Amino acid sequence: MSALSLFRAEDGEFSPPSIFEFYPEIVAFAGTPFAINRIMMIRLIVMVLLIVIFWLWTAKFNKAVKTGNVVPGRFQLLGELALNFVRKSIAHDQLGEKDGERFLPLLTTIFFMVFGMNITGVIPFANIAGTSVIGIPLVLAGVAYVTFIYAGTRKHGLRFFKNSLFPSGVPKPFYILVTPIELLSTFILRPVTLALRLLMNMIAGHLLLVLCFSATQFFFFQAGGLMSLFGVGTLLFGFAFTLFEILVSVLQAYVFTLLTTVYIQLALADEH
Amino acid sequence: MISRILAAAAPEGAETPNPLLPADYDILWSSVVFVVLLVFFWFKVLPGFKRMLDERAQAIEGRLADAEAAQKAAEARTAEVEADKAQLRAESSSIREDARAEGAAILSELKQQAAKDAERLSDTTKASLLAERDSAANALRGEIGALAIELASRIVGEKLDDDKVANRVVDEFIAELEGKKAK
Repeated sequence: MSALSLFRAEDGEFSPPSIFEFYPEIVAFAGTPFAINRIMMIRLIVMVLLIVIFWLWTAKFNKAVKTGNVVPGRFQLLGELALNFVRKSIAHDQLGEKDGERFLPLLTTIFFMVFGMNITGVIPFANIAGTSVIGIPLVLAGVAYVTFIYAGTRKHGLRFFKNSLFPSGVPKPFYILVTPIELLSTFILRPVTLALRLLMNMIAGHLLLVLCFSATQFFFFQAGGLMSLFGVGTLLFGFAFTLFEILVSVLQAYVFTLLTTVYIQLALADEH
Repeated sequence: MISRILAAAAPEGAETPNPLLPADYDILWSSVVFVVLLVFFWFKVLPGFKRMLDERAQAIEGRLADAEAAQKAAEARTAEVEADKAQLRAESSSIREDARAEGAAILSELKQQAAKDAERLSDTTKASLLAERDSAANALRGEIGALAIELASRIVGEKLDDDKVANRVVDEFIAELEGKKAK
């Protein structure tokens, strides 16, 4: 609808963006759990594109192994840079090399999936982030939640819960206060904030962009006259927010992955 | 708060969906995408990436080892060449010494031979000189005797016929001369 709204304003009235931006019409399998709308299509396209790009990179890696070539080309170097960013700057830095490698597949998937879904918010003709509906944030937050509990119980057994809820070094009476706070912050707020931070960033970003560009459309083509000057301002704002949204896309992917890593690291740590 | 803003922004009359409540298809497609990508990264991308990194590390290590070996070989070769050079230098200096000694020997030999030759030459010369002097002296003695006799006979006015007497007189005279000379 966001993209459409640019071409649709004929009736002379300004139509502000609404929540229905995120509920475009169902185009296939309506009424079933397999229903597909514009956003689901964007997600599937992003998935395919990610697979294609990383397939090409993997082919380059395999070729390098086969030919014994140790000097990567530009394209291969870009892939190494991307994968090493998650591997070194996130996984190895937080978890160390051994545990970093253990959780690397999950962290890599989260990073590139979130980034790929976020960036469609500024890509022409997609114009909406795949993460701007709660499904992906929720699923990924759930995965992060399950993973850090798995990491903790795998390493410490049931002591993980005891360590988390009853931190050592606290006088016993204080547990009345500390334990509910820990329970809330560790086991409830962590996944909720993970999901909501991403979702709300993408919703707000999309609404801002739609507002800027539909206002520009309105000022230029419906209001006319001196009002067109406002259109110049809103267009500039729209451009600035587009750049900002690119930054947010990367940043939110990084934050989501980094927080997941930190939660795993905290669960693996010996002392809580 | 955001949902309230969204609700306010929604067109009137329509039922406002809550963006925090996921639709079933939303969850399904999100999960599908996640699982597909997870499997893809886990079993396809990352193993290839890791293998490539390992190979590269190995290749670089291998090349370093090769370079080290090559350097060692070069060092050994240099040492060998140095040793050869030193040996050659020693050899050449000994050859030079030998040559010099030999030269000196040849020179002294030549000198000796020259000295010998000179001695022999002077001996023969002396001998021939002596012989010549003797013959000259003999010749002179004869001539001078004849001259002296002729002169004396002219002076005394008489011819001495007896050669025997004349020869004795001459010899005595020469001996006298020689005796005078020896004094």
